[in-house]
Amino acid sequence: MAQNTKAVLLPALKAAWPITIPICGAFFTIGISYGFLMHSLGFHWLYPALMSFFIFAGSMEFVTINLLMTAFNPLHAFLLTLMVNARHLFYGISMLERYSHVGLKKYYLIYGMCDESFSINVSTNPPAGVDRGWYMFFVTLLNQIYWVAGATCGALAGYLIKIDSTGIDFMMTALFAAIFLGQWDSCKDHRPALIGLGAAFVCLLLFGAEGFVIPAMVLILICVSFLRKFKRPGADRDVPAAKAQNGDDCSAGGLKAAQQ
Amino acid sequence: MLCMTVTESIITIAIVAGATMLTRFLPFFIFPEGRQAPAYIRYLGTVLPFAVIGLLVVYCLKDAVFADTHALPELLALGFILVLHFIKHNALITILGGTIFYMVLVQNFFTA
Repeated sequence: MAQNTKAVLLPALKAAWPITIPICGAFFTIGISYGFLMHSLGFHWLYPALMSFFIFAGSMEFVTINLLMTAFNPLHAFLLTLMVNARHLFYGISMLERYSHVGLKKYYLIYGMCDESFSINVSTNPPAGVDRGWYMFFVTLLNQIYWVAGATCGALAGYLIKIDSTGIDFMMTALFAAIFLGQWDSCKDHRPALIGLGAAFVCLLLFGAEGFVIPAMVLILICVSFLRKFKRPGADRDVPAAKAQNGDDCSAGGLKAAQQ
Repeated sequence: MLCMTVTESIITIAIVAGATMLTRFLPFFIFPEGRQAPAYIRYLGTVLPFAVIGLLVVYCLKDAVFADTHALPELLALGFILVLHFIKHNALITILGGTIFYMVLVQNFFTA
C-alpha cells in the first residue's frame, strides 16, 4: 500500500515542480516584500504568516492590510473581498471539469486556486502515466509553500533590518499599477480597464474616500453590461474559451501579471 | 498600525478568508458536473478582472487625493512606474523601483 502510494506521488511531484519554478521566484520576491511591509507597519510576524496561509490570494492580502488599518467594518471587508476576488468565480467555472473525479483532493485544489495555480492547472497536463489529480495537487501545494514561506521570511527579516521605511506602503499601489499595465499590454480591448479606473475615480469624487467602493462596483457593473450590448455578436462567446485554453493570454489575475 | 483590537482583526481576516473561499467554491456548488454558466456570467468573467484592477489603483490613492499634497508624490511615482514598465517590461522591477522612488520622494521632498 505504502509502496503503491509512493509510486503515484513521486512521479506527480517530479512532473509538477519544474513548472512552478518561475512562480517560486515571483512568490518569494513579492511574499518577502509583503511580509516586510506588514512588519514595517507594526504588525506581528504572525499576521502575514497566517494571512498568507488562510487567505492565500495575493492582491487581497495587500488590500486586507488597509482594512486592518482602518476602523472595524466586517460588511465592507466582506463585500470588498467578494469584488476583488470575483474573478475566482470565473476560474471555478473554467475548472468544473478538470477538478472533478480527483477525490478529496478536489477541496484542496479549490481552496488553493490562486491566479498562478489556476493558470498552470488549466493550461498544462502531466506526462503520460502521471496521475493528473496529484499533479494538480502538487502544483497548488508548492505554490502555497512558496507564498507562505516568502511572507513569513519577509516579516522576520523586518526584525533584523532597520531602515527608514516611510512610504513603503506605496508598494501596494505599485503592485496594482504594474498589474494594470501588464493587463493593458495583454489585451486589445482597453474599455473594461478604463471603465474600472474612470468609474472608481468619479465615485471617489462623488462619495469620498470612505464610501466610494460599493457605488463604484455598481457603476462598473452597469457600464460593462452596457458595453456588452454594443459588442459584435458572438464576440464574448469566443473569449472565455480562449482564456480557459491559454490561461494567461487575457488573464487578469492578481499576481499573475506581476511575474511576467 | 493595527487600528482595531486583536479580536476584531482576527474577525476581519476570517471574513476576508471566508469570502475568498466563497468565490472559489461557489461555482462548484452552483454548477454541478456538466452544467454550463449563462453567457452573461461568462462575459462578466472576461471583463471584470480588468475593471477591478483599475478600481484597486484608485482605491490605493483614495486618501492621497484628499491630502495636502493632492497625490502629487503618488502621481510622480506612478509616472516613474509607467516609464519603468515601458523600458523593462518586468513587473518585479516596476514594483520595487516605483516603491523606492516614492520612498525617496516622501522621505526627502514631501516630508510632512
